[in-house]
Amino acid sequence: MPSEPVAVVGIGQTKHVAARRDVSMAGLVREAAQRALTDAELTWADIDAVVIGKAPDFFEGVMMPELYLADALGAVGKPMLRVHTAGSVGGSTALVATNLIRSRVHATVLTLAYEKQSESNAMWGLSLPIPFQQPLLAGAGGFFAPHVRAYMRRSGAPDTVGSLVAYKDRRNALLNPYAHLHEHDITLEKVQASPMLWDPIRYSETCPSSDGAVAMILTDRAGAARSPRPPAWLHGGAMRSEPTLFAGKDAVSPKAGQDCAADVYRQAGIADPRREIDAVEMYVPFSWYEPMWLENLGFAAEGEGWKLTESGVTELDGDLPVNMSGGVLSTNPIGASGMIRFAEAALQVRGLAGEHQVDGARRVLGHAYGGGSQFFSMWLVGSEPPTS
Amino acid sequence: MTREIAVVAFAQTDHRRTSDELSEVEMLMPVLHEVLDATGLKTSDIGFTCSGSSDYLAGRAFSFTLALDGVGAWPPISESHVEMDGAWALYEAWTKLLTGDTDTALVYAYGKSSPGSVRDVLTRQLDPYYVAPLWPDSVALAALQAQALIDEGYTDEPALAAVAARSRADAQANSHAQLRGSVPHGEYVVHPLRTGDCPPIGDGAAAVILAAGDRARELCERPAWIRGIDHRIEAHSLGVRELTDSPSTRLAAEKAGAFERPVDTAELHAPFSSQEVVLRKALRLGDDVRVNPSGGALAANPIMAAGLVRIGEAAARIHRGESDRALAHATSGPCLQQNLVAVLEGEPRHAQ
Repeated sequence: MPSEPVAVVGIGQTKHVAARRDVSMAGLVREAAQRALTDAELTWADIDAVVIGKAPDFFEGVMMPELYLADALGAVGKPMLRVHTAGSVGGSTALVATNLIRSRVHATVLTLAYEKQSESNAMWGLSLPIPFQQPLLAGAGGFFAPHVRAYMRRSGAPDTVGSLVAYKDRRNALLNPYAHLHEHDITLEKVQASPMLWDPIRYSETCPSSDGAVAMILTDRAGAARSPRPPAWLHGGAMRSEPTLFAGKDAVSPKAGQDCAADVYRQAGIADPRREIDAVEMYVPFSWYEPMWLENLGFAAEGEGWKLTESGVTELDGDLPVNMSGGVLSTNPIGASGMIRFAEAALQVRGLAGEHQVDGARRVLGHAYGGGSQFFSMWLVGSEPPTS
Repeated sequence: MTREIAVVAFAQTDHRRTSDELSEVEMLMPVLHEVLDATGLKTSDIGFTCSGSSDYLAGRAFSFTLALDGVGAWPPISESHVEMDGAWALYEAWTKLLTGDTDTALVYAYGKSSPGSVRDVLTRQLDPYYVAPLWPDSVALAALQAQALIDEGYTDEPALAAVAARSRADAQANSHAQLRGSVPHGEYVVHPLRTGDCPPIGDGAAAVILAAGDRARELCERPAWIRGIDHRIEAHSLGVRELTDSPSTRLAAEKAGAFERPVDTAELHAPFSSQEVVLRKALRLGDDVRVNPSGGALAANPIMAAGLVRIGEAAARIHRGESDRALAHATSGPCLQQNLVAVLEGEPRHAQ
């Protein structure tokens, strides 16, 4: 018996900003959830279960905050699961929610991810020293910069590619009312003149620190039939993990990412992702990860990803738009960033992405990763229901 | 449900007050090996892996990422993690198996309480704006619940002492338990709870293997079939809850099918003696039901693993032929805020 098809019928997110001092954590998540319900034209009573994700708890200083958030998310008397898979958590959370429907345990599920980074200090949250373990002393950028260098050396990419990605994503963000950074005076020269933080990553090639939440209403085939607006259909979803540090790891193109994408394409019946997928919302916290992930996800041969970026293929009006929403480079409430990718992919195939809509987007990939390029989660959504 | 899923193997550490000499990975690895050896499976044979743990016990963000080293996630594995007790990781794995994506799952959970003060750490679970700044600790909150039970006439201090004495006596047969044999009921910790009414603080890990249908029959002589599993959460604030009852436990039990036929065994995650009183009532357990033959959480309460241990202990009794239909329960949050109930059954045994 095949699993139940899953549809996204409601999406809501907050306007992402550096600090939402006007709301509590409960207020923040409630806002996104209510918008998703409004989009789906459903009420709290229609929700069978809640699946929430964020990472890590130290960013706000609340242990297992789902306990405190149960009331705000209408979860009282319902099942509530809390997922935590580092930076990939938003994607993983959505996939755990899809399995509640695919298994026919529940019909309609609210899934939500958030981070309210202004409540605490993310650098502190990531920098607690543990004896005999390698600390991340220089933050995430310090960890990833050497891998970017390795990619540049291996692929022969010119050192201008990263700034092209940042310039594109920040311009895309201007078309997205929910994006955190709205840099109206952005120019390529400004990106290239910004201070070097972790060579070769410049200030304008890094993600901001945001407060924000995103929510989706997922439902089964019968629920999709009642949807007032076009649903997005799940065609494939997968998670893969590998160790962070070991001698055989390829930090430039981790095998877990390749395997995860291959599993999604197999489920969706995709043989040639470059031709059969219309757009990608990709987890790019540092600009160079766009060309790196283009290769890892099978959109370009090894060493060729930067050529797609350089030739404009990944621009909003290009042949394979990447991060139409402005991406993680423009909006980064860490625990929510993965789910925002998944939700933006769904908005595109629903035709509801507004000014950053890609015309005729029928199949769009949402991608997230976390840890030291250790955890991957992805889904492929389509405007039509899956055939198998 | 169209697919039958069973617990086919269970392993746990010896639960101890401290394990300073071990990292979390070192504590976990023997348990992972033991549960895999019991089935003959290797990491690469497992279709899905899911774990439960808490950063706040480790005192470090993303603490679970290193536990993957113990699993041996190479080549890459399909894997997920809940920041909850491992019982909820098992629930996630159960839904994954129900989709038909895979036939086997590894579930593990671990917690080291020894590096910090659990009573202080758990205050960080509370409403961060209005309650947590007051630092009400976990024993004080449980004591409020215990006093409410006594005031309503549901129990008294001697009855609570009897729960503790029975649990610790039963734990004598459990070589993994932290507290075994007679333990003095002790002085008051927070009135009306005495030392004996409170769980030991300790470090430990547990792992379970799930399998579907015929795969389960291949891997285990007498699989513990999960007939139903459900979990429910209640409001967070103690002021809006009836502390002497557990409607979420009752609802989860109903959805899991616990009331359809009587169970012979119940493994309850009741860290405080008074919470067994609440759970027995919500689950309508009669005196003929064997409650916590392992000694329960009063004998060993490795935080984040204690709920998974309950499911494992219940399943192990079915594996050994000591139970035909068992209920397992896990809890999370202050004063039983969130509760999970699983109903496990063995195949009917033929008359000898």
